[in-house]
Amino acid sequence: MRAKSWSDYQKDIADDRYYYARSCIRQNFFPGSEKAFLEILQRDLGKDIFDDPAHSSCTGIGYHSDVVPLETIMTVVARQFALMSEAGYENFVTSCITSFGIYTEILSTWEEFPETEERTRENLFKATGREFAKPKSLAHTSDVIFHFREEIAARAKRRLVDSMTGEPLKVVEHIGCHYAKIFPKSGIGGSEFPYVLAGMIESWGGECVDYPERRHCCGFGFRNYLVQANRGYSVANSQKKLESMAPYHPDFIVANCPGCSMFLDKWQYTIAEMNGRTYGANGYGIPVLTYEEMAGLVLGYDPWELGMQMHQVNVEPLLDRLGVEYDPSTKYLGRNGKFIGKPASAVVNCPSQEFIYDIKL
Amino acid sequence: MERVIVIGGGVAGMKAALDLRRRGFEVTLLEKSRHLGGKVRKWHCLFPTFTSAAEVLGGLKAEVADSDIEVRLEAEVVSFDNRSVTLASGEKLACGAVVLATGFTLFDARVKEEYGYGIYDNVITSADLEEMFRNGRVALRNGERPRRVAFLHCVGSRDEKVCQRHCSKVCCVTGVKQAIEVKKLFPEADVFNFYMDIRMFGPGYEEMYREAQLSHNIHFVRGRISEASPTIDGRLQIKAEDTLTGRPLKMSVDMLVLLVGMRSNDDNVHLAEQAGVPLAPNGFFAPKDMFAGNVCSPRKGVFYAGAITAPKSIGEVLNEGSAVADAVTEYLS
Repeated sequence: MRAKSWSDYQKDIADDRYYYARSCIRQNFFPGSEKAFLEILQRDLGKDIFDDPAHSSCTGIGYHSDVVPLETIMTVVARQFALMSEAGYENFVTSCITSFGIYTEILSTWEEFPETEERTRENLFKATGREFAKPKSLAHTSDVIFHFREEIAARAKRRLVDSMTGEPLKVVEHIGCHYAKIFPKSGIGGSEFPYVLAGMIESWGGECVDYPERRHCCGFGFRNYLVQANRGYSVANSQKKLESMAPYHPDFIVANCPGCSMFLDKWQYTIAEMNGRTYGANGYGIPVLTYEEMAGLVLGYDPWELGMQMHQVNVEPLLDRLGVEYDPSTKYLGRNGKFIGKPASAVVNCPSQEFIYDIKL
Repeated sequence: MERVIVIGGGVAGMKAALDLRRRGFEVTLLEKSRHLGGKVRKWHCLFPTFTSAAEVLGGLKAEVADSDIEVRLEAEVVSFDNRSVTLASGEKLACGAVVLATGFTLFDARVKEEYGYGIYDNVITSADLEEMFRNGRVALRNGERPRRVAFLHCVGSRDEKVCQRHCSKVCCVTGVKQAIEVKKLFPEADVFNFYMDIRMFGPGYEEMYREAQLSHNIHFVRGRISEASPTIDGRLQIKAEDTLTGRPLKMSVDMLVLLVGMRSNDDNVHLAEQAGVPLAPNGFFAPKDMFAGNVCSPRKGVFYAGAITAPKSIGEVLNEGSAVADAVTEYLS
């Protein structure tokens, strides 16, 4: 049945020629991931993907926070589509789950209420003089990685297994709510048993952990987080998930949403500070990866090139289990070897880090 | 006397056929499967008296066997009107009137993916549980006795998300009946029923609901379960909101029973279209009127009996078998 659910919820993903829309927040939280996505597609897979500097935020956060009206966001989305058409592309790929939900919702609204599409065309033309064509296909970047998971497996430098024992690593996959919970047909595997990350994990040798709160929201929720007084809800939801997965001893978490990746990672520090509860082996936290980071490690990318030094929970114990070779001394060196600063050690980080990795520069 | 063709060999069809034959009509009873009895063949005992389904069905089948009703099994109908019925084999049967008694389809619980039916071992439907009762063995997949069982009402009923807005009527009392049966088998087990309303519409139903609480200590929680997930020890975690206390609720159970609703048959659309009779918005056949003509279609010579027009209890279905015989007699005389 689970396999049937996965096969029932398939969607067409283009094979090549993508127009890429970046995420607003990922570039701050996981800056290496979007770059890795482009490199994987362009360098490893030889695909044509256009990273357009002219596109803007989809304004999804403003929309979900009630500061951007529906007509405005529809016009902004229409502008993105116009840019795609002008660049000669038809396959729209977005890096952010919120944006993916926004694009899906707006395309569906235009389908159900054609008058809103007409009004949007008028608004866009009045504001910018542009016209747009709707994309031939709309995909989230995790869909694209899923689409090429076997090609990536064929080029893999390592698999998601313990390098010492050969045992598959236990991986918690977490899907952003706006990926398929709004429109189940928009996600691979649907909303209850999504397969988009599970498929990658399986293809690359890991083992998915099915735990009671697997489907629970990470707690990001715009109103939970943006309204400071509500942030306790956000922490509480992340804690609920972390408590639920802890008995399964996962090696890492992988998520396909910018908010989920960040909060499942950073709230581990907050929870440790709040009540002393830590997760993961020896209480050093459970690393949280993006799917591009996971793919990048499989393909042999340098973890610091992937931006994994930006994580709250240290990834070194995971890298050691995977047998990834890395240079501790370059962890905090950015482009051109420039020192990017080093965070103070936090209670959730492995205490031995100072001893093992604190190489004086 | 003219021939009357009854389409559907469940309890409604059998009862209609018997009563029509008693009135002197030549009757042909068509059943698409290999057996008479319809869904009732799969039930163990019937609410509210715990009467054996086999006993009720056995009586009807024996009467049909003793009569000279022409029974055709594996006879699938592709079209009909008030003067003839055409079978999938191409054979066309002439008649004076047609009684449509093709019943209903059980809601496919897999559609409610969040409950994990077909994925998690011990998520079963009320129909599966009836089968377990009939086989004389109720157990978890690993053979163990359940220590905690949850029943969830309204699975595929009163649910806009799955396009089943109607109430299936009999699931509430079925849930109470099955909960009592489970409690009798496993007195030490905790049994919970999660409901949004308890609709005890028939004689003796409310009393049974009360007995379930007072005599069997079955717990009733007003709130629908939102999802089921596996736990590390092989049980099922369920989440709900207890809407009487206004608090979220989470518990682990060994078995989750989904009380699946009654939905209209997929082929109703085709049959209605070709016969020129209307369907109700819920996909069941719409009778001529809801009062004096509830076994009649708007088309002369086409009649309905049983759950073809709406979810009904077995007692009601049997009454309609008799009612339709009266209506057909009046029409043909």
